[in-house]
Amino acid sequence: MSGVHVTTTVNGDAVEFVCPPNEPLLDVLRNRLGLTGAKEGCGTGDCGACSVTVDDRLVCSCLVLGAEVEGRSVSTVEGMADGADLHPLQSKFIEHAALQCGICTPGFLVAAKALLDRNDDPSETEIRYALAGNLCRCTGYDKIVRAVDDAAKDIRKAKAKAATKTAKAKAKKAAAK
Amino acid sequence: MRYEAPTTTKEAANLLAKAKGKAFVLAGGTDLLVRMKAGMLEPDLVVDIKRIPATRKVTKTASGFTIGASVSGAELGENKAVKKAWPGVVEATELIGSDQVQGRCTMVGNLCNASPAADSVPAMIAAGAKAAIVGPKGKRSVAVEKIVTGPGKTSLKKGEMIESISLPKGGAKIGDAYLRFIPRTEMDIAVCSAAVCLELGAKNVIKKATVVLGAVAPTAVTVPAAAKAIIGTKLDDDALDALAAACEAACNPIDDKRGTIEFRTEVAAVLARRAAKIAFERAGGK
Repeated sequence: MSGVHVTTTVNGDAVEFVCPPNEPLLDVLRNRLGLTGAKEGCGTGDCGACSVTVDDRLVCSCLVLGAEVEGRSVSTVEGMADGADLHPLQSKFIEHAALQCGICTPGFLVAAKALLDRNDDPSETEIRYALAGNLCRCTGYDKIVRAVDDAAKDIRKAKAKAATKTAKAKAKKAAAK
Repeated sequence: MRYEAPTTTKEAANLLAKAKGKAFVLAGGTDLLVRMKAGMLEPDLVVDIKRIPATRKVTKTASGFTIGASVSGAELGENKAVKKAWPGVVEATELIGSDQVQGRCTMVGNLCNASPAADSVPAMIAAGAKAAIVGPKGKRSVAVEKIVTGPGKTSLKKGEMIESISLPKGGAKIGDAYLRFIPRTEMDIAVCSAAVCLELGAKNVIKKATVVLGAVAPTAVTVPAAAKAIIGTKLDDDALDALAAACEAACNPIDDKRGTIEFRTEVAAVLARRAAKIAFERAGGK
């Protein structure tokens, strides 16, 4: 079996690798690129522990071939924090103790981020549906749902603050004219 | 295994036709890769069709819509025009799996996987969808109901692949709906299901109807007797009773831990009744 040469972007960085044509993206990330955040729970798309986004679309990396991501843009849990600054979801998962063993956590974070990126004010039902593809065998989900809800509040606040700042700057500029 | 990602449908069909050994089409991979992993399939060739522009888009045509074979469930759900014209088809497709699976799964994959419990298939049949097949001998268009011939089996010949699905235009007097039963609220496979598409004529009397049941036979079942029972009516209780009776008579399900024969038969008829009501409302009926 000859390898496939793939050039792609992972968490904003240009990356190259060679993998067997039948190797899942999950194995590429973990074993070739050293990104062990995504976990293998089931390997069949049921548990969501391997969640990543490909071109901003949430997927199970166990159900994507490494060869498929040529020229695409892959984002994993490793790309969520901005240096030492955690993403609001990460902070809230810690604050609410929304994890126990932690195996499912990267998948939950990536899936929750995909939800909040398109809807920053989800209802509890919407959160539960959006996370239905992620299994957690420890927490009973409640703390996870509350953490996502709380992170959404923080994100909305930050957006409102940024909007006021822009509006103020605009008004100041207009007044100066 | 060889992996190929051609950029035209013709090239893909050539690869499939000339393949020695087992060749498979890869779109979303949510069935194919699971089977490969389980060792149920060992492909010699996998043809990824996502680099083919014709499979990637939803197009509005003079006769309706063309939905490419690698358009994901999530992408279809975001298409307002298709959702407005065919809410039943879109909702059925959106029922396939989690958000993660929605990011990859496709209507054509759901069709070609040929599971009796496929969610999008009864809805597509009810809507009168057609599959555009490309093969070594050129193109042909086939009604979706002619594709699946049994569990895991299709009428596609060697070297053939489905490039897209076409749906009619729809209209203000046309409504469709799909419902399934699962023992939980999400992440399960239909125990039984029903799709109804109908068109209203003058005074909101049903002019045309198609009733299709899923997971109650080796393939999705079209039930002309159920359609006949409601055509010419305004979907009164007698018509609905006749529709339900026709549906029950058409069921030939398996008996397993997920549902007994009696349960599947009764519930499929209940779902058909409810789907007919939703479709009637969507067509503007009262």
